[in-house]
Amino acid sequence: MIAAEDRLRGLLVRGLAGDAAAYHVFLKELSAHLRAFLRRRLGGLPDEVEDLVQETLLAVHNQRHTYDAGQPLTAWLHAIARYKLVDLLRRRARGDAFNDPLDDAIEVLAAADDDAADARRDVAKLLDTLPDRQRLAIAHMKLTGMSVAETARLTGTSESAVKVNVHRGLKALAAKIRGAT
Amino acid sequence: MKTDDLVSLLATGTDAVDAKAPARHYIAAVGAGALGATVLMSLWLDVRPTLARDAVLPMFWVKEMFCVALVASGLFAVTRLSRPGAALAWVRPLAAAPIIAMWLLAVAVLVAADAEDRTDLIRGVSWTECTYNIALLSVPVFAAILWAMKQLAPTRLRLAGAAAGFAAGAIAALVYTLHCPELGAPFLAIWYVSGILIPTVFGACVGPRLLRW
Repeated sequence: MIAAEDRLRGLLVRGLAGDAAAYHVFLKELSAHLRAFLRRRLGGLPDEVEDLVQETLLAVHNQRHTYDAGQPLTAWLHAIARYKLVDLLRRRARGDAFNDPLDDAIEVLAAADDDAADARRDVAKLLDTLPDRQRLAIAHMKLTGMSVAETARLTGTSESAVKVNVHRGLKALAAKIRGAT
Repeated sequence: MKTDDLVSLLATGTDAVDAKAPARHYIAAVGAGALGATVLMSLWLDVRPTLARDAVLPMFWVKEMFCVALVASGLFAVTRLSRPGAALAWVRPLAAAPIIAMWLLAVAVLVAADAEDRTDLIRGVSWTECTYNIALLSVPVFAAILWAMKQLAPTRLRLAGAAAGFAAGAIAALVYTLHCPELGAPFLAIWYVSGILIPTVFGACVGPRLLRW
């Protein structure tokens, strides 16, 4: 536990300082921890696990500026994961009130499928529904790996506009994920 | 999209994060909110002419320190509640401390006073408007603090909304001291505290809806 905290914390701190490779390792290892954490707590809803892992990863990324290096990483991550978990359960409770009770039974049967490792919601599809300037900024920078300068030249905007569009696009994506559940 | 692909997407082309940004958001919000409250106060009420004269009285400074302590504890609560997983142990005691101190002082003043003076000590000359004025002055501050909070990530939304309301009420109370002539501890203990509690309760009500992310 303490070893994982120290290791992930070191990776995140380097990531926050601009080390994209360390940040990549951080997110990758974090996703495994999140999966185990959420799987234990979503026992009755195994289909939701991978969706929630992705939603939480996006939340961690969008809110990474709120991590204070003097703070235990575990407490920060747990608060975000728990928040997203409670948010999901609340959304479901609200939705279920309008559903036919039979839906519950169908869900119980569906849980027997062993495809729980696949996300049901396709983030790529939601990405396609973003406004063009955000979608293109994310596609160029994050999917094809262009630099800010290249993306700016290609889309005909300033470099700061590219950064803002990526940032807003990922926030909008998180909002769409919330709305789509 | 597979989770590994999402991880690559998020990590690709990621810049360094500006660690000072949250502090800047709060300074901007508090500055804009306090300015808004001050403009509102000077247009709608006024700075009282006796301010300079009162400034030599010890109780004037007790009143100012009371409001400053409330602002400090309110902003402490706001910054703590806008970071996921930050320690909250000191938030409530620090917010309660100035209020309890003022209550104790009020009780001491009331006990020492003659029975027929007590009602006047509690009501002052402006008890009908004080609470309402502070609550109204807190509106621009509350909006500004909520904006700053939305740039961050509160996870206890009801508590975070209450903290935003409390800090906004405290800043409004501090601004209101430029207008309000009252210097009695019983008055402050009741009407000032009520004026701060209104935005606090309002914040607790709207927090879960307005701060969701």
